[in-house]
Formats: sequence, structure tokens, C-alpha cells
Amino acid sequence: MSSHPDAVAAKRRLEILSANVEMTRALGEQLGARLERGDVIALQGDLGAGKTNFTQGLAQGLAIVEDVNSPTFILANEYFSGRLPLYHIDAYRVADAAEADAFGLDDYLNSDGVTVVEWAERVRAALPSDVLWLTLDYRGENERRLEFSAYGEQSAARLDELKHAIGS
Amino acid sequence: MSPLILGIETSCDETAAAVIQDGCRILSNVVASQADLHARYGGVYPELASREHMLKIIPVIDTALRDAQVSWRDLSALAVTHGPGLAGSLLVGVNAAKGIALGQNLPLLGMNHLEGHIYANWLDAGLPYVAQTEDVFPLVALIASGGHSSLVLMRGHGEYTELGHTIDDAAGEAFDKIARLLGLGYPGGPAIQRAAEAGDAAAFKLPRAQTQRPYDFSFSGLKTAVLNLTKKLDARALLVNDIAASAQAAIVDMLVEKTQRAAETCAARMVLLAGGVAANQRLRERMRARVACPVLYPPPKLCVDNAAMIASAATWHYRARAHSGWDLDVIPNLKLTLAVMSG
Repeated sequence: MSSHPDAVAAKRRLEILSANVEMTRALGEQLGARLERGDVIALQGDLGAGKTNFTQGLAQGLAIVEDVNSPTFILANEYFSGRLPLYHIDAYRVADAAEADAFGLDDYLNSDGVTVVEWAERVRAALPSDVLWLTLDYRGENERRLEFSAYGEQSAARLDELKHAIGS
Repeated sequence: MSPLILGIETSCDETAAAVIQDGCRILSNVVASQADLHARYGGVYPELASREHMLKIIPVIDTALRDAQVSWRDLSALAVTHGPGLAGSLLVGVNAAKGIALGQNLPLLGMNHLEGHIYANWLDAGLPYVAQTEDVFPLVALIASGGHSSLVLMRGHGEYTELGHTIDDAAGEAFDKIARLLGLGYPGGPAIQRAAEAGDAAAFKLPRAQTQRPYDFSFSGLKTAVLNLTKKLDARALLVNDIAASAQAAIVDMLVEKTQRAAETCAARMVLLAGGVAANQRLRERMRARVACPVLYPPPKLCVDNAAMIASAATWHYRARAHSGWDLDVIPNLKLTLAVMSG
């Protein structure tokens, strides 16, 4: 279940059963290749659900050449080698939306790039209304359930493109 | 005259100040830890951390000077960590340092936190500061902490080449996350080491990830393997200890294997361990058993974040007259290669 408050109000949804890490990464890459300036991707899922794997694929789709590693320690990693800047945020250590403001989440969201927020449920109130929300659930040793929900025009357009690309 | 340097460190959750003479003699080393505070929340919370730094920074600096029995006039320079780390936390230290340096007319040295970790090995009973340069270089340093994991080749003081780094989680972060999966609390490193003492390291066969580049690290697959184990097994204490021991063995094996390979390829005369993970007993033992050249590591209290290591590293910058300007800024993702001295 998506814990987004308006889960039912999503404009578009897509549910995929990922067979393994490679597939999760490939989905990220497919999405990354289609992202545009100002897109915000919110990731929700427990430890080991594949959030960072998905983001690594997404970075590849943006043609980013650096290693995309965990931003947990410094909260935000920035990558400029790709088609668009990528801001990779980890909100695990951010208590709430007010703290998110304090560390400048807004600056990333209103920037010229793509923003990916892990542990997004912690800072939900600080995120824009038009967000592509991805919930990852543990299903088995390798399997993960990926549920995409698009909450606005921009994110719905991106999800449509992803659906089209993977023939879903 | 031997340089007397005040170091300030606030990159994460420790507010620290220290006075170091000649790069190796600790006259004072004050660390106000927020560990208790953050343990309650299961990790470091950035805004909480900067507020604590603000409250503690001036008392900590005062105590460092008093413990060292020196006054502002005795100091040669002031050194402060300006990256990598949490922006808000770094800012408290850098602003305090700038204000003091300006007011007391002292040279300001902006330091790289990772360089500091390496130089913890030069403090006190560690490598002697005086000369001996030819005896220790080239050396390979393994920096492993909650935020960093990299292998660095040093050809001389201030000459760093990064050989490899983690492609996902830092080693200390892997300890933290695995401890979380096992319900062992925070910080994960000491918690896992404790649990592992009562466990069997051969109980579970956990993956040692291979990476494309020879000196990189990857710990994310190990984390997932532990996750799968916890889903499969019930959480009896005995199993938790066995999993902790097996996971610790896997992390240590990966760190030792890459370091040993780097030391051999680079014909290192010495291997230095640095960062919080360098306090891990198994890592120290296995590294010494596997690496042919001498392996050095700081005492546990100098492995974790402190300001003595910052002042020690700063001594070389001071000698090279590599002072920072008043526009010194915090750089949360500062790389070690940028710290190369001009002098």
C-alpha cells in the first residue's frame, strides 16, 4: 500500500513485480532516460527494498558517469555529469518537513535538475504536489513489488512514457 | 619553533577542539559527543546536531585551551574541518574558527576531515612527526567510517591519490544498517562487534562482493543478504549473534582483501587504518595477519571523530604556508584529492 495521503487521487498508477535487482535497476534506467527538468521522484521502502538500486539505474538513464552511492551521511549528493543535474536526497535522518526546509530541500526541488528523495514519507509535506511516488516492497529474496503513483500532469506524463517504454 | 595548532572539528555529531604541538604531541583533546542524544533517535539528526554544536563549540574550545595551558598568544594557527560532512554542522565550526582567527590575528587553515583521519596515526605513540618521511612512504591508508570508505595512496605528506571507494554504502554505514536489521541499536559498529563475540563467524555464508574496479568496495549486497536471513529465520538471540559475527567477518574480509592488494601493487611500506571502523578488533587483527608491511592504527579514541587529528594534519599545511582565505566555505562532499598542498 502506498502511504501517500491521496493514494486514491493518483492520476496514474503502475504496479510492477521486479524479479531481481537488475530489473529494478533497469526500470530506474528506463525512467531516468525520460526525465525532464524539475521532475521529483519520491521513494518509499524499507532497508534493502532497492531504493538506492533504483536510483543508480535512474542515474544511468540520465547518462551520469559517477558512482551514485548512499547519501545517508551528508543528506544530499549532487551529480552534474549527465543530461540533467541529479540531486539525490536521503531523508532518513530528517525528522520532518520543517527540518527539510532548514537543510534546503526546497532549493533542490525548485532547481534546474531532477530530484530523487529516499525515505520520502518523512518529508511528505515538504514535497510538491506533482510528484512521482514509488513504493518498493519486499516480496521475496530477490522479488520486489514496485508501485508508481503520479499525482500531477508532469508526473503522469512521465509515467505514461515509462509505461509505453516497457510495453505495460 | 615548533608549531602549536588549535584544531576544531564539527563535521558530524562530535563537537571537538584540541591543541597539538609539533603535529604529534597532544596537549589537549576535548570531544563533546552527541552519541547519547542521537542513539535515542537511532542515528544522527542534522538539525539536532547543529543546534548542539552551537551550544557546545565555545565551551569546548575554552576547555581545550585550558587543558593545554596555553593562551591565544601562544598559538601558531587555527585549523578547522570544512568538509566533508553535514553542511549545517560544518558551518558552526567554520564560522567559529573564522571569527576567532580574525579576532586573534591567527592564520586560518581549512582542513579535509579525511586527511585528519589519516593523520590520527601520527599522534602520540603513532608515527613520529620528525622526519622519517622516506621510511613510511609510499603508504596505503584505508579510511573507513560511517560516512566514508576509501583506499588512498600517499607518496608524501599531503600527496593523495584515491585508489578506490565504496560504490554504495560506507563500511560504517553497513555496520549501522545491519545492526538495525538485527535490532542491535546504534551505533552499529560497536553493537555488532559485541554481539559477534558470542557468535560464530562461520555460521552463515555471506557474500563478499566483487567490484569492477579493483580497489572499490560494495556493501549493499551483504545488507540484502542479511535482510533475507532475518526474513527466513526467527530472531533468537543465538542466531542474531551468529549473523552479526558472519556479517562482521564479511565486511572485514572485503576491507582487508582490497587493502592488501593495494599495498602489494603500490609496494607500500606501511598500511594505515583510519576512521571509526579502524577501531574494530577483527579488522585490526586480520589486517595485521594478511598484510606483509607494518599495519598501524590509532587508539580507539583517535579513530572516531576528534580535533587532535585535524590539528595534526594542519601542521603540514601550516609548514607549507597553505593558509586559507577568509572566504573559506564548507564543502559537504569535499574530496581528498583537493587537499593537496601547494607548498
